[in-house]
Amino acid sequence: MRRYSAFAIAREAARYHQGWERAWASPEPKKSYDAIIVGAGGHGLATAFYLGKNFGITNVAVIEKGWLGGGNTGRNTTIIRSNYLQDASAAIYEKARGLYETMSQDLNYNVMFSPRGVIMLAQTHHEVRGYQRTAHANALQGVKTEFISPQRVKEIVPIINLDGPRYPVLGGLWQARGGTARHDAVAWGYARACSDMGMDIIQKTEVTGVRKENGAVVGVETSRGFIGTKKLGIVVAGHSGVLADMAGFRLPIESVALQALVSEPIKPCMDCVVMANTVHGYMSQSDKGEMVIGGGADGYNNYTQRGSFHHIEETVRALVETFPMISRLKQLRQWGGIVDMTGDRSPILSKTPVEGVFINCGWGTGGFKAIPGSGWGFAELMARGYSPLTAEFGLNRFKEGRFIDESVAAGVAH
Amino acid sequence: MLILECPCCGVMADETELAPGGEAHLKRYGPGSSDEDFEGYLFHRVNPKGVHFERWRHANGCGKWFLAARCTNTLEVFATYSAQTPEPPQHVIDAIRAKRPDWSIEA
Ligand SMILES: Cc1cc2nc3c(=O)[nH]c(=O)nc-3n(C[C@H](O)[C@H](O)[C@H](O)COP(=O)(O)OP(=O)(O)OC[C@H]3O[C@@H](n4cnc5c(N)ncnc54)[C@H](O)[C@@H]3O)c2cc1C
Ligand SMILES: [Zn+2]
Repeated sequence: MRRYSAFAIAREAARYHQGWERAWASPEPKKSYDAIIVGAGGHGLATAFYLGKNFGITNVAVIEKGWLGGGNTGRNTTIIRSNYLQDASAAIYEKARGLYETMSQDLNYNVMFSPRGVIMLAQTHHEVRGYQRTAHANALQGVKTEFISPQRVKEIVPIINLDGPRYPVLGGLWQARGGTARHDAVAWGYARACSDMGMDIIQKTEVTGVRKENGAVVGVETSRGFIGTKKLGIVVAGHSGVLADMAGFRLPIESVALQALVSEPIKPCMDCVVMANTVHGYMSQSDKGEMVIGGGADGYNNYTQRGSFHHIEETVRALVETFPMISRLKQLRQWGGIVDMTGDRSPILSKTPVEGVFINCGWGTGGFKAIPGSGWGFAELMARGYSPLTAEFGLNRFKEGRFIDESVAAGVAH
Repeated sequence: MLILECPCCGVMADETELAPGGEAHLKRYGPGSSDEDFEGYLFHRVNPKGVHFERWRHANGCGKWFLAARCTNTLEVFATYSAQTPEPPQHVIDAIRAKRPDWSIEA
């Protein structure tokens, strides 16, 4: 693999950019692999990357029914933060946030990580108490956050209206090293690194069945034939239930649509991420100048990647009170992704009832921020059978009643 | 926008008038059941890509609960029916089969 650098740009500029090589290969599938990952989203690719980097397992295929990064990884609003309440969550999200800090250097690919700071607004007294509690929990977990006053919020976000009649701003939970990154670049960067290690990224190939012998996996049926493996990682977000059905078990998951939108591009006006969980709205400004806005998930099962218009309307209506200036903005684009919601709104990184089959899912509305930490832990789980990062996120927690209850902590996750 | 006919009051209701209530026909397990059954009842969901049976409430209308058969892959509605039934009635199954000849109800 040719490294990207300022020198490479100069070299290519001098020869009409004829020398750039393909970032990743598009090989024919082999008959079998040491490990197969289903789903080339961020979590699947990061898992493959760390299987190779941390455990030297490189005879790996990542099988993707569409194009890599075309699922939720390419549809999210790219918020990165680690200010969760529960210790297990803080550990994996902070691991991920830390890895984002050096991801561009580690992958030799500019993922445009921008630690511009994230504020979660407290707009009810209940939220004030909740976020103060989270700030204390974060202090104990070693996650740097602080609870700030409305005046401080106004200094950081001059366009905010503090005293809206319905949702006044009473304070905020501030994580200065939270922020955003370029979502496609995260998928592309991992894909390039995996391909460089000799892994096969097989796009436009759908997994249609899981073949088992004596309760253990022996391979997958795909739209391009059977491919053998004794280690299968299912990392398909909204389609987790479909894959689990193929493998013969059930999940505590429902798939629903989550939408986002961007406005027309405007001059820079907000240089951090603001989340307003009471009204289910959050906003940041992209480098192109668009206001990137996301809201709450739809309420019913859906696989169409299209949500209901009234959810967009509700989100924008509520945000207009807090950001009056956006009332005159035009919407440029709107889209949806299918998110996998678990019973306790925390992810599942786990062995399954089928030997050799592992599952990484349930990231729901908030897994972009977790991609590197999830890949790190899930690769360890697949390679060694145990990872301290994923131990609390097993499927058995539902039977045992050990929930990781972040829905109460975050109100809405993203 | 999703539009369901409320079988209780006959209104064609927009989804803004309705509250979704999750999977229908769950078998309820309580005290004395096995851990597996109780876990399944509380958490496991079919979550199909295709034909699905759901509970809905006509929240901003007559207020009653009812059930719907819907396709989660196309958002097509096959039928709505009374909530006072432990399994989909024959006319609902027929309505689904008319459009999905290969479909069969899960055990
Ligand atoms: C609108 C929206 C906004 C969001 N905002 C944020 C945010 O601000 N911050 C944040 O942290 N998270 C956010 N999220 C959540 C985040 O996008 C997801 O949690 C994360 O991207 C999941 O990544 P993944 O790799 O697990 O899944 P995906 O990226 O969806 O990848 C799964 C892949 O599996 C493939 N697949 C499925 N079935 C098969 C099959 N049978 N065979 C082969 N391949 C298959 C799919 O094609 C897909 O490419 C948001 C999500 C949405 C939809
Ligand atoms: Zn009614």
